[in-house]
Amino acid sequence: MGLKTVLYDTHVKQGAKIVDFGGWDMPLHYGSQLEEHHAVRRDAGMFDVSHMGVIDLCGERTRDFLRHLLANDVGRLTLPGKALYSCMLLPNGGVIDDLIVYFLSDTRFRLVVNAGTRDKDLQWIRRHAEGFAVTAALRDDLAMIAIQGPRAREKTLPLLPPEHRSAAAELENFFGAAFDSWFIARTGYTGEDGFEVMLPAVDAARTWDALRAQGIEPAGLGARDTLRLEAGMNLYGNDMDENHHPLESGLAWTVAFEPADREFVGRQALLNLRRTSADELVGLLLEDRGVLRGHQKVVPAGEVTSGTFSPTLNRSIALARLPRTAPRRVQVEIRGKLHAASVVKPPFVRHGKALILIPAIGDIH
Amino acid sequence: MSNIPSDLRYTKSHEWLRAAPNGAVEIGISDHAQSALGDLVFVEVPEVGRALKAGEACAVVESVKAASDVYSPVSGKVTAANAALASQPELLNQDPYGAGWLFRLQTNAPIDGAPLMSAADYAKYLADQAS
Repeated sequence: MGLKTVLYDTHVKQGAKIVDFGGWDMPLHYGSQLEEHHAVRRDAGMFDVSHMGVIDLCGERTRDFLRHLLANDVGRLTLPGKALYSCMLLPNGGVIDDLIVYFLSDTRFRLVVNAGTRDKDLQWIRRHAEGFAVTAALRDDLAMIAIQGPRAREKTLPLLPPEHRSAAAELENFFGAAFDSWFIARTGYTGEDGFEVMLPAVDAARTWDALRAQGIEPAGLGARDTLRLEAGMNLYGNDMDENHHPLESGLAWTVAFEPADREFVGRQALLNLRRTSADELVGLLLEDRGVLRGHQKVVPAGEVTSGTFSPTLNRSIALARLPRTAPRRVQVEIRGKLHAASVVKPPFVRHGKALILIPAIGDIH
Repeated sequence: MSNIPSDLRYTKSHEWLRAAPNGAVEIGISDHAQSALGDLVFVEVPEVGRALKAGEACAVVESVKAASDVYSPVSGKVTAANAALASQPELLNQDPYGAGWLFRLQTNAPIDGAPLMSAADYAKYLADQAS
């Protein structure tokens, strides 16, 4: 028996197939993973992401602390509510976790971290926070529901108290705001518009049912994975981890080397790796039928880090770590046979549209 | 409850077998198997003419989440494979005992000796596995 979110019984009642995910009993799908995927791309779907860790940081020097702790620079956050995606690094540049940080006020920031790493993260954060007199509180009194899709916001807004509707409707992309005991952010992990709502756990089940009554389809972790991979978003533990640094994980854009006097954990190591690192994370599009999977071998060199079938493209896609010198057409070993794949630049899909050209499949088996 | 037609025989690895009197057999995966796998997105069937031994891995059914081998329940030579599954793998989810068949074999020995279960025994086997 694993850990359960406050919505576990709701999922079971709604026919979810439950699987273990990082120690949590979570819904894989509620019947058809493909239909859930399409619901998010075409209309609106929702995910229980209450297993993720919400950590509130508090203290006069919280901003200084985060500028030391994170590879991206919270100094860039000047407007309250603005969110930033960042890695938290080991001194050697390995990735402890990736996270979203919300700037609430000069003395308060909120982090959202991965479920499987939350205990490790909290230990690491607290160890480094001491010197800054910053406190870190795990908000396990909150549940979190991600509502995603082109119609996600319009279907969610009617459920808010009337006095909050217009402010929530006007939230700009990658901003969040508190509405009484709820925190609503225009963020997500699908490549679609939508909200991530953090709310008191006691409100979660009836909110979930109300969202469902609005025509928002429950979606499981299966669809969440195909959606994020189509959107070219990394998954911690697959595409980067403590043994792989951001520069070889497609995350160089999240490392703020400027200003040069900001001494964040991992900076010196990354400055060296910037000169010596030989690998990069790329997208792969399988030219033939079949399905790319994590850990498949790439020829002439490299490895698939995440692979799946893309329901939007009706073709298999992957993220893979390859030498920067690798050719733009490679082969992937699937069950002992080599299959051609093109190297492409993620994302594959954004806002319901394919961003890469899909050639016809040449030979039919 | 999954659908278990009474005129078929079943394996512990969830293949079904439909036998004709002349030694021809048709093979697929059970309703329970397709349901457990979830939405199928890729199916690889054996080539016509290939000689299979009982228990040999000869087809692959792949859902969004994972790939699974299909084992031939009996020995024989492949006489037909379901080509429609290449472009419509969902047939296997929709109609596992009909349009979702995988391949046909001409057997070279009586199949009675093969470790196959009746529908009733397979239902009991699934119930035992679930408990």
